[in-house]
Amino acid sequence: MSYMNLNNYLNNQVKTINTMKTIKLLSLALLFSIAFTSCSDDDDAPIPVNEEEVITTLRLTLTPQGGGNPVVFESRDLDGDGPDAPIVTTGTLNVNTVYNGSVEVLNELEDPIEDKTTEIAEEDDEHQFFFQYTGGVGPTIVYNDQDDNGNPVGLDITLTTGANGSTNTLTVTLLHEPDKDAPGVSDGDPTNAGGETDIEVTFNFAVI
Amino acid sequence: MVITSFSYSQDCNYTFLGELTDFHDGTPIISATIYIKERDRYTTSDFDGKFKIENLCKGPLTLTISHIGCETKTVSYNINGDTFKSIALEHHIEELSEVSVSGKIQRNVTETAQETVIKAETLSKYSALSLGDALKEVPGVSSINTGNTIVKPMINGMHSSRLLVLNNNVRLQDQEWGIEHAPSVDINSADQISVIKGAGALAFGGDAVGGVIVINPRPTILTDTLYGQTIIGGQTNGRGFNFSSSLNKSFKGGWYVNAQGSYKQNGDFEAPDYNLSNTGLQSGGFTFKGGKRKFESGFEVFYSYLNNTIGILRAAHIGNITDLVDAINSQQPAVINDFTYDIVSPRQEITHHLVKAQYYKRFKKFGKVNVQYDYQNNQRFEFDVRVGDDRNKPAIDLNLQTHTVLFDVNLDSNQDYSIDFGVMGRYQNNFANPETGVRRLIPDYDKYDFGAYVTSSYSVNENLLLDAGIRYDFNRIDALKFYRTSRWEERGYDIDFADIVIEDIGTQLLTNPVFNFHNISASAGIKANLNEHSYIIGNYSLARRPPNPSELFSEGLHHSAARIELGDLRLGQELSHRVALSYSYKDSNFNMLLEGFYNRINDFIYIEPFGVEQTIRGAFPVWNYVQSDSELYGIDLNAAYNITENWNLRNKSAFIIGNDLDRNRPLIDIPAFTTENTLSYTNSNWKDFTIGLTSQLVLEQTRFPDNNFNVFIPSRNETVLVDISTPPPAYHLMHLYGEMTFNAFKTSDIKVALSVNNIFDTQYRSYLNRLRYFADDVGRNILLQIQFNY
Repeated sequence: MSYMNLNNYLNNQVKTINTMKTIKLLSLALLFSIAFTSCSDDDDAPIPVNEEEVITTLRLTLTPQGGGNPVVFESRDLDGDGPDAPIVTTGTLNVNTVYNGSVEVLNELEDPIEDKTTEIAEEDDEHQFFFQYTGGVGPTIVYNDQDDNGNPVGLDITLTTGANGSTNTLTVTLLHEPDKDAPGVSDGDPTNAGGETDIEVTFNFAVI
Repeated sequence: MVITSFSYSQDCNYTFLGELTDFHDGTPIISATIYIKERDRYTTSDFDGKFKIENLCKGPLTLTISHIGCETKTVSYNINGDTFKSIALEHHIEELSEVSVSGKIQRNVTETAQETVIKAETLSKYSALSLGDALKEVPGVSSINTGNTIVKPMINGMHSSRLLVLNNNVRLQDQEWGIEHAPSVDINSADQISVIKGAGALAFGGDAVGGVIVINPRPTILTDTLYGQTIIGGQTNGRGFNFSSSLNKSFKGGWYVNAQGSYKQNGDFEAPDYNLSNTGLQSGGFTFKGGKRKFESGFEVFYSYLNNTIGILRAAHIGNITDLVDAINSQQPAVINDFTYDIVSPRQEITHHLVKAQYYKRFKKFGKVNVQYDYQNNQRFEFDVRVGDDRNKPAIDLNLQTHTVLFDVNLDSNQDYSIDFGVMGRYQNNFANPETGVRRLIPDYDKYDFGAYVTSSYSVNENLLLDAGIRYDFNRIDALKFYRTSRWEERGYDIDFADIVIEDIGTQLLTNPVFNFHNISASAGIKANLNEHSYIIGNYSLARRPPNPSELFSEGLHHSAARIELGDLRLGQELSHRVALSYSYKDSNFNMLLEGFYNRINDFIYIEPFGVEQTIRGAFPVWNYVQSDSELYGIDLNAAYNITENWNLRNKSAFIIGNDLDRNRPLIDIPAFTTENTLSYTNSNWKDFTIGLTSQLVLEQTRFPDNNFNVFIPSRNETVLVDISTPPPAYHLMHLYGEMTFNAFKTSDIKVALSVNNIFDTQYRSYLNRLRYFADDVGRNILLQIQFNY
């Protein structure tokens, strides 16, 4: 074998070996990736999440002090942040009547139904309900309950109606972490309260 | 004895014939010096790269071959007759630089794309800050922020899933779809960052509608060395401190190890007038790199760990539209507490692990083959303000795991052209923990990706370079998602997607959406040197991006935005055509880079208001992901002028326009015109003293879509306009930066840097900060940093 022939021969050998190696490596990597993408079918069905924190229902039950049937104002939204609007039911109040009002907050998505009222009562220093009305000579509202700092909470109220009128509204707001010491807040005015709104519901009602 | 001596003389008649060739292309290497150890003599290779050593004896022969531009190579043979050997030498010293020279050398990733490299010495200024802050060194790169510590990079108006982030050649998979998800990268682990505007870097992915960010760790030095760097720093705003240290050890045989760790913490930041309560940060990171690096082959294992706990402004957690109206109308955040390092809710806790193993081998006259496997685990907890038993439970608990296999081939045996090709396989699993007691924001899913690409570049002559590439990607996403039945029907999915319902559990439906996407992307470019001072770059890129899980599946209330965000199962891919043109001029006193682009995006995916829904918390606007043909165009400028030897003036400016063509109105969240001028003084005789004063002007964005809406606030019995659209006014900030370097010992130095950001404690809000409704941006911040190099 002459010198040049030897040279060419060696070159060709190197080429062939390299090409073979490359093909091997390529196919190995492909196999590897295919193996990876196909070995992963662990389709365990996920378990549904029942929202723990959602408030579905606010119920304000007004019982006349002098006896009689209680009137229930209720807002109920069973799909939470879903597209369905809350279903709001109200009643008619009598003129110049004193009502004992109690507030219930529920999560009806949980089974059994979760009573959020106790949670609010336990953390009453961080929560406050506000009751604001519009209309004619509206009702007056007095807080009957207090947190440990002597500030109102609003789970237990007294509502006294005034004169008759057909287009009254009562807006019930629940604030989380309001500043109860800010001006007007303990008197039931949320303007300076800050905090974040957990409930904001408006009831239309008539006083006859 | 006689026989022995006879045989000895007999054995010294052998001839060794050597041929030296270039490893890459097989061309002969002429005039190399060959040192023959056994004879202590030298010879040289001839015009054919050959050399001959005659009268060799039987026994060992050791040759040390050296040549300008080559790695010196020593080879040993056992001579037992006439011998021919072809010896390949590595002749491209400039390519070797990528592995052997420290970070001072700029290593570009692309040829004709609009790429800017941020070097190590610049990055070290941002040790106390974040990746997104450092990237703003590049004109045209801004960020969309959630507060001060969640900084998401934005390239020419694009962010999140439209940017690819590569950390040491691993594409970051860290739930990047969310606007309040900052990239899980520790800035201190980066040595050099390339920002590539547009989709030109096809090897990394075809869906980079906005751009690619390539983060490289410190390169390995091939000689036997031990060196390290430690940075300690402190800042007045947020009373923060940071520490970062790295140590590198290289051995002569090509073995190396590198370890790096960093920790930083700050408490509440301060705006000029008040404390920004709950904006603290704790961040710790660690990386390890080790392997063997030779020219012909090598391997590397790499591990990186990052853990971030990030507080989010307390006042930004709101309950409903009334709260949002109050926040917008109030000059101050609703919650201002005393300074603390404590981080309470709302906050994020993110852990990211990245493991990579890589092997490469070069083949003679062929090129380099690279095989890589990587695994990433991203755990994200988000803690909301919650009550009762749920108080310490995360509201979001998502775990994203990704396995990727890469196989890349780089054919570089020809000096004039190179061809790269590769394939990629990826499997990803997202698990949303149901223990949160909050409906899943992102559903459980499996995702499968496959990609293949070819790119090539061709040097027509020394002044003209062309490149082109094409890539195909297949993505399959297979999800299991619960829909509220009411939502399912409201979206009309009960008609269009009835076949994907697996189970009806009363108020919710379990569905199995499966989507397959085929994406073709391409790029082509030209780089032409006009003369010794200037060149132009022209580039076209085509990118396709499939919708991300958030765009497909989102369904829920977004607390800091007080809106319900809804994904859309009907979304398709978006398609971007981007044309870019750059002009660069450089002489000894002046240099500038002017980059223009036009990006037309068909079926651009974004979120827009759709209607209002009532809940027990009041009315909420509903925002839908929609698709619309859009365009973005703009110009970025970077210019520097040396006034004298010591004084330098630099300008960086960016101007961008974004239009929604279908709806004939501006796009949301497009940065306003910004211009930054820096006057600096440098004197290398005074311990490398540098001081620079920067003026940063950000104009008011006057082009924005009007998404304002009216809402009735029952507790106040009034209807108010909720102005969520109007951008804040223009602002001007001044910053100061100074540094000096002291030689401490023979081989080490100490760099001391002092910077004052927002010198005049100017009050401002940024359009691209999502917390701008709630509080001012941070005020003056004085940072002191000491860097030891040893």
